[in-house]
Amino acid sequence: MIEQLERDAASDGAAAEANTGVSRRSFIGKVFIAAGAVTLGGKTVAFADDFMGTESPEDAPQWAMVIDLARCDGCKACTSACQAIHFTGEQEWIQVFEETDEGGGRYFLPRPCMQCENAPCLNVCPVGATYRNENGTILVDHDRCIGCRFCMAACPYGARSFNWDEPENPPGASLAHYSPEYPVPHRKGTVEKCMFCAHNSRDGKLPACATACPMKAIWFGDLVRDIATNGLETVKLSWLLSERSAFRLKEELGTHPRVWYLPGHGQDAQTVTSE
Amino acid sequence: MRPPALDGSQTGLRERAAYPLRRGAWGVRGRLLVAGLVGVVAWGMFAWIHQLRGGLAVTGMRDRVSWGIYIVNFVFFVGMSYGGALVSGVLRLTGTEWRRPITRLAETMAVVALVVGASMIVVDLGRPDRFFNVLRYPHLRSPIVWDVLSISIYLVGTLIYLYLPLVPDVADLRDSPEVGRRRRRLYGWMSLSWAGLPAQRASLDRAMRIMAVVIVPLAISVHTVVAWIFGMTLREGWNSTIFGPYFVIGAVFSGIAGIILVVAAFRRAFRLQDLITERHFRLLGSLLLVLGLLYSYFSLADYLTIGYKLRVGDDALLTALLSGRYAVAFWGFAIAGTIVPILLLCFRRTRTIPGIVVASLLVTIGMWLKRFVIVIPSLALPVMPYEWGVYRPTWVEWSITAGAVAAFVLLFVLFARFFPVISVWEIEEGRDRERQALGTEQERGTVAGRRVLESSDAMGSEK
Repeated sequence: MIEQLERDAASDGAAAEANTGVSRRSFIGKVFIAAGAVTLGGKTVAFADDFMGTESPEDAPQWAMVIDLARCDGCKACTSACQAIHFTGEQEWIQVFEETDEGGGRYFLPRPCMQCENAPCLNVCPVGATYRNENGTILVDHDRCIGCRFCMAACPYGARSFNWDEPENPPGASLAHYSPEYPVPHRKGTVEKCMFCAHNSRDGKLPACATACPMKAIWFGDLVRDIATNGLETVKLSWLLSERSAFRLKEELGTHPRVWYLPGHGQDAQTVTSE
Repeated sequence: MRPPALDGSQTGLRERAAYPLRRGAWGVRGRLLVAGLVGVVAWGMFAWIHQLRGGLAVTGMRDRVSWGIYIVNFVFFVGMSYGGALVSGVLRLTGTEWRRPITRLAETMAVVALVVGASMIVVDLGRPDRFFNVLRYPHLRSPIVWDVLSISIYLVGTLIYLYLPLVPDVADLRDSPEVGRRRRRLYGWMSLSWAGLPAQRASLDRAMRIMAVVIVPLAISVHTVVAWIFGMTLREGWNSTIFGPYFVIGAVFSGIAGIILVVAAFRRAFRLQDLITERHFRLLGSLLLVLGLLYSYFSLADYLTIGYKLRVGDDALLTALLSGRYAVAFWGFAIAGTIVPILLLCFRRTRTIPGIVVASLLVTIGMWLKRFVIVIPSLALPVMPYEWGVYRPTWVEWSITAGAVAAFVLLFVLFARFFPVISVWEIEEGRDRERQALGTEQERGTVAGRRVLESSDAMGSEK
């Protein structure tokens, strides 16, 4: 199943490759060009495949995340892994909050970017620097962002960070080839956030936070193929959501996040993993 | 050619209007004022350069409170501008006679405040070097794009609106013997070979009427769009359906207060006491009172409807405003910025020029506080389980704010150095009309004629 995921990600990578490193003049246009390349340039087989419903942009994986609050023990390994792979310094693209429940108990709430389907940040961006890729992930083009921070004001989850001064790009970071899918090195005066490690899923890997989580509390999956994995086991995504009464944050706002939460407490972690 | 039939008093008016434009007319005090203003503006520029070097890290803004007093200043100055345009537009459209000596100042304020306000947006950007991305890659769904478009159109509108009634006055200056050669060229170029011909007069009248009609909906729409920067988000306190009209009313409220302050300043500095009388202040004061009551009504409608339901978030926000960390700013606005000015304007004993000016000053400061109360607490309010955001403006932000205020005054002073701040030809037109009306009434010997006489006397004399 993981192989399946990887294959999907790799095939998607073909389309994504066309976009990397290029300033995104008209992202939508390029998606269509990429689609055209697959259907027209890619031989008659590709054309047939399109009809067979295998490889096409409409078929691109729609990434989603499911965070199991019953397993999360608030160790923040996800945050550290994210900071390490993206050289974000102080910024926490996935932030772990401590919450109090109805009974006075405590639990932990990791918050990545929600990758909303009706994304307030995307709507308000005056220059279209924030956009959605073919996998439903919200990306930021840091070569276009003007730093107005309207997206930060609009985000109901506080998921965005700003480079208030010149970001400290370590030597390794400056070697990186910038793309919105891997926004390193960082740019002063621009807004940054979690993008589901778009660079990783292109290579068929899980997001850094999911890999790093020692409790295997972060599931990553594809809504189209209805599968999800936490790196240890692979399950039917829809089964996971209904079996564990998944919920989304601030559902009433109508943002339609692509991040679900499975209710529970960190202290249940052992019972869950031993199952 | 000059407009026909001048008597002594009218020539006097022209001379007085042209006096501040003369070399050396401003004296030492004027030079000191300009030097002081230039100093403060320069200090603000220095602070901005410091900010460009160090990034927005030199401000008090951080990820939690990501907008600060730059946005407050933006809404404040743009609101002043709309107030100026709306008041002048409405007074012109309704043919209100007493508008004549104050429209020029209102129209100037519309331009000057807009320029200062719009520059605040550039100052607030993390990447001002990329400002033109808004034009290169406009994302039409964004209220900021609506704003940039409407403010640009509105800026052109206010410039035309200021310029049109200026044409006969600069033509007059062009023909004046006391004007130097370089200025004569400027005025000549600006006067579009105006000679006061009936055809020119007719087309100017028409153009001005069209602009007065155009500027009002333009101003309303633009301030509505400013409100929608906030109203289109899901944040507590901003997530409001009445924000558009609420901001428009607030803009006119603070705009009238701004006009009164500007009019009072120039009346004193240029000794216009006989042209701008207590009656003007009382009438403007009445407008201010009406808008103050309207604004209070809108505030009540906004806060009561969220306070009654007390949804999560709204609850915390209201507590912070009414009795928490923002109580000083909130009550400062509510009491000193609204209730006290309304009371000052209500009672005959305080409805004097000093009373009205004090009320306007309070409203101006109060409305700045109100914009602070709108922008900051809604951002500081935690949207996730974390602590309240903290925002303390730094010296850089205060310096740039001071620079903006000084730039506002300086632009006014510069305008007054080059152009008459009262619309001479319009005042003359008004006097001509009055005289004609008076003449016909006197011929008939009616009581009404005497009444007109008395009222024109009252207008001419101070207090």
